[in-house]
Amino acid sequence: MKKKVTTFYDVMEARGISRRDFMKFCTTTAASMGLASSMVPQVVHAMENKPRIPILWIHGLECTCCSESFIRSAHPLASDVVLSMISLDYDDTLMAAAGHQAEAILDEIREEYKGNYIVAVEGNPPLNNDGMFCIVGGRSFLDQLIEVSKDALAVVAWGSCASNGCVQAAAPNPTQATPIKKVITDKPIINVPGCPPISEVMTGVLTYILTFGKLPELDRQGRPKMFYSQRIHDKCYRRPHFDAGQFVEKWDDEGARKGWCLYKMGCKGPTTYNACSSIGFNEGTSFPIKSGHGCIGCSEENFWDNGPFYERLTHVEGFGIESNADTIGMGVAAGTAAAIGVHAVASAGKQLTKKDAENT
Amino acid sequence: MSTTPNGFTLDNSGRRLVVDPVTRIEGHLRCEVNVDENGVIRNAVSSGTMWRGLEVILKGRDPRDAWAFTQRICGVCTGTHALTSVRAVENALGITIPKNANIIRNLMQLTLYAHDHLVHFYHLHALDWVDVVSALSADPRKTSELAQSISKWPKSSPGYFADLQARVKKFVESGQLGPFKNGYWGSPAYKLPPEANLMAVAHYLEALDFQKEIVKIHAVFGGKNPHPNWLVGGMACAINLDGDGANGAVNIERLALVGSIIDRTIEFIDQVYVPDLQAIASFYKDWTYGGGISSQNLLSYGDVPGVANDYSASSLLLPRGAIVGGDLSTIHEVDLTDMEQIKEHVTHSWYKYPNGEDGLHPWAGVTEPHFELGPKTVGDKKRIEALDEEGKYSYIKAPRWRGHAMEVGPLARYVIGYAQGNPEFKEPTDKLLRDLGLPLEALFTTLGRTAARGLEASWAAHKMRWCYDELIANLKAGDSATANPAKWEPETWPKECRGVGFTEAPRGALGHWIVVKDGKIDNYQAVVPTTWNASPRDAAGNIGAYEAALLNTPMADPEQPLEILRTLHSFDPCLACSTHVMAPDGGELTQIRIR
Repeated sequence: MKKKVTTFYDVMEARGISRRDFMKFCTTTAASMGLASSMVPQVVHAMENKPRIPILWIHGLECTCCSESFIRSAHPLASDVVLSMISLDYDDTLMAAAGHQAEAILDEIREEYKGNYIVAVEGNPPLNNDGMFCIVGGRSFLDQLIEVSKDALAVVAWGSCASNGCVQAAAPNPTQATPIKKVITDKPIINVPGCPPISEVMTGVLTYILTFGKLPELDRQGRPKMFYSQRIHDKCYRRPHFDAGQFVEKWDDEGARKGWCLYKMGCKGPTTYNACSSIGFNEGTSFPIKSGHGCIGCSEENFWDNGPFYERLTHVEGFGIESNADTIGMGVAAGTAAAIGVHAVASAGKQLTKKDAENT
Repeated sequence: MSTTPNGFTLDNSGRRLVVDPVTRIEGHLRCEVNVDENGVIRNAVSSGTMWRGLEVILKGRDPRDAWAFTQRICGVCTGTHALTSVRAVENALGITIPKNANIIRNLMQLTLYAHDHLVHFYHLHALDWVDVVSALSADPRKTSELAQSISKWPKSSPGYFADLQARVKKFVESGQLGPFKNGYWGSPAYKLPPEANLMAVAHYLEALDFQKEIVKIHAVFGGKNPHPNWLVGGMACAINLDGDGANGAVNIERLALVGSIIDRTIEFIDQVYVPDLQAIASFYKDWTYGGGISSQNLLSYGDVPGVANDYSASSLLLPRGAIVGGDLSTIHEVDLTDMEQIKEHVTHSWYKYPNGEDGLHPWAGVTEPHFELGPKTVGDKKRIEALDEEGKYSYIKAPRWRGHAMEVGPLARYVIGYAQGNPEFKEPTDKLLRDLGLPLEALFTTLGRTAARGLEASWAAHKMRWCYDELIANLKAGDSATANPAKWEPETWPKECRGVGFTEAPRGALGHWIVVKDGKIDNYQAVVPTTWNASPRDAAGNIGAYEAALLNTPMADPEQPLEILRTLHSFDPCLACSTHVMAPDGGELTQIRIR
């Protein structure tokens, strides 16, 4: 790559941000990712030296809630991510170009940044009807996905559509909408489920990759452990009411007004792995349970088909918070899957590291 | 050359241009036009190219869950499908909601309007009018003078614009243009002076940072945005102002947060969005294209019930009615339950009707997929180079009101409100036209559509304040109920019933039709705004709003589809919304006939 490399620090400097403020930003970033203060120099180094990595954000069958969630990010601000951290060269929701001029960008980036760009997928491909239930540029989205992913460093599967299939894959899945991991099998895939995923989880995943030059550690379902390793129930502020047996029994009853546990109203918090009850949505303003409605489990596989939303979960035992997605209900197969996942991540990490060496 | 029954001349003999993907929209849209030797559009083809089948997925499910499924029809107009759905279910089951729930729902719907219109204007539409690269040659001092002459918005100093310009310059010089890559910068179709471009770019970024604040109101009452939570029978957000446990409910802190967001939303829309709209429009007054069918046929269902559980026209703050043939003196009544009024046609859509019906009301709707290309298609079923509009060419059906193709959306609402003499819509419209020195006819253009949306954003923001005050007044009066659980349990429901729910989505008239049988959904149909506007031709050959609006527009450079984008974007296309039912495994979908 012969192009002049613009680093995160260059951009901040150009915006008149002082060195002192830059250091403060790095400290805050480290803290927001739960890193010890000893890691701050590493964050600083990354911000000073990384080029803006090209991202090709493509859309299949979806509703665009992931894009909408992404632009809600407060730290980092979506405007800073787009202008200063990544190079969002293709995103049909936001890009100025259309038609041929838009499609040309895909080819250009694939060629110029071979092996060094990230594909972000929102939505999923339908396999029925030769893939022609989702047509982009006169061809199936499935074809576009396969082509664009071919030379990618990694694939980020935004949201429950890309990660798990989501609503269009709910029974009877009429278009045979299929998650990315079942179509792209030779690339590291980071699944960021949720309908939508939390804004700061989305930008946090990117910030982590850019800052540390490697992909985050993933669980056996390919989700970043840092955000998806605990159940909503484990961190829920209404948990003490569950333990005390204080439940909402009817909408707007005394328990509802006192903020008691929504378990009997069908809350899926006890079986849902996500960061809603700790990070919250919309800059921590709230999350579903906090607004009085149970969790519908939107980051879990097949959540649309796991029983009606208002039906109480059965078999919820008081298992402890040390349990996680890897240890509950898993058989022997899980070990294999995890090993493959780790291998894929390690390869990607190596590539990123190699790239860094060339640039510095 | 041919003339359509609704009066448009089509000529597909000129050069064919294809725009696919149409970007800066929701979902997947393809557009093809024929241009004559002067680069003027003489034929237009709008094709929806995605299909998900949500309505069939709903069959057999719990009606109380339907809002969550239908909400996922669209994450941009998030909430409006859910609201339409709970209204349809409540209508079917005979459930009434408490006054507070009605106010909170209105507040959430208006929040969506303010947010969605703002994001549409700056992030989906502005680049059709604003040349980002031209902003680099602006004089920051003159930009400041311009900004201060049109608004008291405080971020307007020469230094502010100089810093912003430096940031953009550095970005452009990096060679990594991101979302601005391959844009149509420098096109003669851009008319703004550099200073106006710089001001607009500054506000593009400010609006991107600000929009996330507005939807925190959804988070307070619905837990998150996009896709807040709703509830059949009211809202789940219990209110507890000062009692034991108030800290876990909607309390005074939450209400104060909502109040403060409303103030900031009004400020941003009135001091940034509306002045920008007016400033930009003043440079494009001569660009009078894109009217299409807006000067003939307009439709609105109305929305924002001022009185809980009263969905009649007199209760609705947004106007209801239909205008046909450009006769503003007659507002026709619209009845969503009348089997003769709204019908969907599939002659040119990738569906077929088993009995060859001409058009079907949603309650009797049949949707059977049939992906087939006309004989004049260039390419094949796996690679479409050019569509044949004489055959089937879109996953969007063609809805018609009493046989007429209709335009829906902010312009329809404003013109209907204007024609009804409602001062809330008439006065701001007259003022804007007066300030710009334009006649009423100027409304029936691409720019008129965009202007109506801006005025409506301001209307919505101020109505949010009105709703908030109403909520506080009702709470003061001692009513804190938010949900009516009386008919929550399926045992309380009739064995078989049907209902309809409607809203005005930001993009226009939205209806959901539901049939409930033995406690389960037996049939579910949605007819959405983009189905109306992006509709393909019907059996009689009437063209829809998108296709009509593109006709007779001259293109500065046919290689650069700027004018096409401009007009399509003025409708705020939402393609995920406009997709329809399909049958499982490609087989026939058995459909319930309503007597």
